[in-house]
Amino acid sequence: MSTPVLSVRNVTKRFGGLVAVDNLSFDVAEHQLIGLIGPNGSGKTTMMNLISGALKPTAGSISLLGTRLSDLPPYRITRLGVGRTFQLVRILPTLTVLDNVRAGSVFGHRRHWGRSGEDHAMSMLERVGLADMAGSPVGALTYIDQKRLELARVLAGEPKVLLLDEWLAGLNPTELATGIALIHALRADGRTIIMVEHVMDAIRSLCDRCVVMSSGKKIAEGTPDEVLADREVIRAYLGDDDA
Amino acid sequence: MTAHGYQEILIAAVAVFVAAFVPFVADGYELSIAVTAMMYIALCTSWALFSGPTHYISLASGAFFGVGGYLVATGMSDFNLSFWLMAAIAPVVALVLAGLIGLATLRLSGVYFVIFTLGLAEMVRNLVSWIQNNFLGSRGLYVLTDFTEAHIYWMLLGIAACVYLFGWLVNRSRLGFALRIIGNDETVARHVGINTASTKVLLFMTTGFFAALVGVVIAPRYSYIEPNQVFSPELSFLVVIMALLGGSGRLWGPIVGVIPFTLIWEFVSIQFPNQTTMFLGLVFLLIVYVLPHGFVGRLEQLNRRLRYRRGD
Repeated sequence: MSTPVLSVRNVTKRFGGLVAVDNLSFDVAEHQLIGLIGPNGSGKTTMMNLISGALKPTAGSISLLGTRLSDLPPYRITRLGVGRTFQLVRILPTLTVLDNVRAGSVFGHRRHWGRSGEDHAMSMLERVGLADMAGSPVGALTYIDQKRLELARVLAGEPKVLLLDEWLAGLNPTELATGIALIHALRADGRTIIMVEHVMDAIRSLCDRCVVMSSGKKIAEGTPDEVLADREVIRAYLGDDDA
Repeated sequence: MTAHGYQEILIAAVAVFVAAFVPFVADGYELSIAVTAMMYIALCTSWALFSGPTHYISLASGAFFGVGGYLVATGMSDFNLSFWLMAAIAPVVALVLAGLIGLATLRLSGVYFVIFTLGLAEMVRNLVSWIQNNFLGSRGLYVLTDFTEAHIYWMLLGIAACVYLFGWLVNRSRLGFALRIIGNDETVARHVGINTASTKVLLFMTTGFFAALVGVVIAPRYSYIEPNQVFSPELSFLVVIMALLGGSGRLWGPIVGVIPFTLIWEFVSIQFPNQTTMFLGLVFLLIVYVLPHGFVGRLEQLNRRLRYRRGD
């Protein structure tokens, strides 16, 4: 494996007595799509928050191409090249669709302002298939469109690593197909992506590798087929009887 | 959009030009109302620069205004310094004070921020009174200058014009865009790469700077100043109410609130001097129930409906 873009080393996060992430380590290579999976409450979203800087690790380090991220505030981490979506979609309600995307391009990893910022934002909207809605208020968007908009905002910052936190959750079957196709396209672009996901179809078809978490610990790592056949993983998801 | 932006500043320039002639046509009484209105236009517009987009309601205007007025008074009265020197120092002191308050309140939002700024303004008032009474000897201070009411009016007009121009420039900059994003969702703001802390503190500091500058210019009008008078908490509330009445979503919004409010306030103060607080309460109810986005919000809503009917 080439030098990792993002490496997570012995990261622990405690909330009082609860250990949400327990001594976790993994690497993400360039152009790889890593799935972070595991049962509810296993600490996946906490891990995403630690990478994006929303939370600070209690111990351990996270670095992006050799730069330590773990003590930086979220805005610095974003500028260094980590972009994220949120588990519960977060859009900017009083701005237009285009301005929502500009928000990502104006302050992100690569910055665009004025005309070039607008053009760049527009091309991101085209990328996710929302170009027709550019001038609309965000109130007019359906759920999947809000998710696409959030993705466009993140892409507009041209991150080196993209964090998708349950981006496919809550979509109906048709929308899900659209969503998976979109992530497929991003993967084909050669983006480096970490994805927290519950949708198994998506995990099997999209992920190069998976890191499986249970109660904050890494219990397996490998290709989707390998980890999903792992006894430990099955036990974590379904309990002892089925393992 | 660009053409529209320049049109807006052109209208403002014409308005300033016209407003500059008020002292030539108004009699003494009218001019005194105009001075009050101009003072609130400057205060409310600068208040709205920070609180409009971010929705952080600050009740600290009185503290900054007071710092301006008080420093001029104590400098001239106790230390024999010139008005202009104090006029240069006071806003800088307020700027620093606002910076410190900003840093201290960064983690607060919503109602906690409101209460903190209110408490802080009271604390500054009591602290200054205490220092004045115990260490500087005199209870009251005199600000004696050659300024006429018209001079004060023109200075305030100048400040209001500067605030407006500053706000217009901010709105067109990355800074203004960052503020709008912060007002929408601070978590998102942080994650798109905005240094939310420094953005908020910076804008809060400019609000403090301008409020102190207004306090400086108003001081000669009072001639006799007591700390309790210039650090009036009522002023903080009036600024918020007038700005919200006009609407803080647009740069010119507060002006639309200040003018009718000052006129009615003047009438109420004369006719029913004991009921001014009740009037304040009624206006606040009006804002909450009828005009949540101020006059400006209502106008824009009507405008949208009209366009919708015409089928645009």
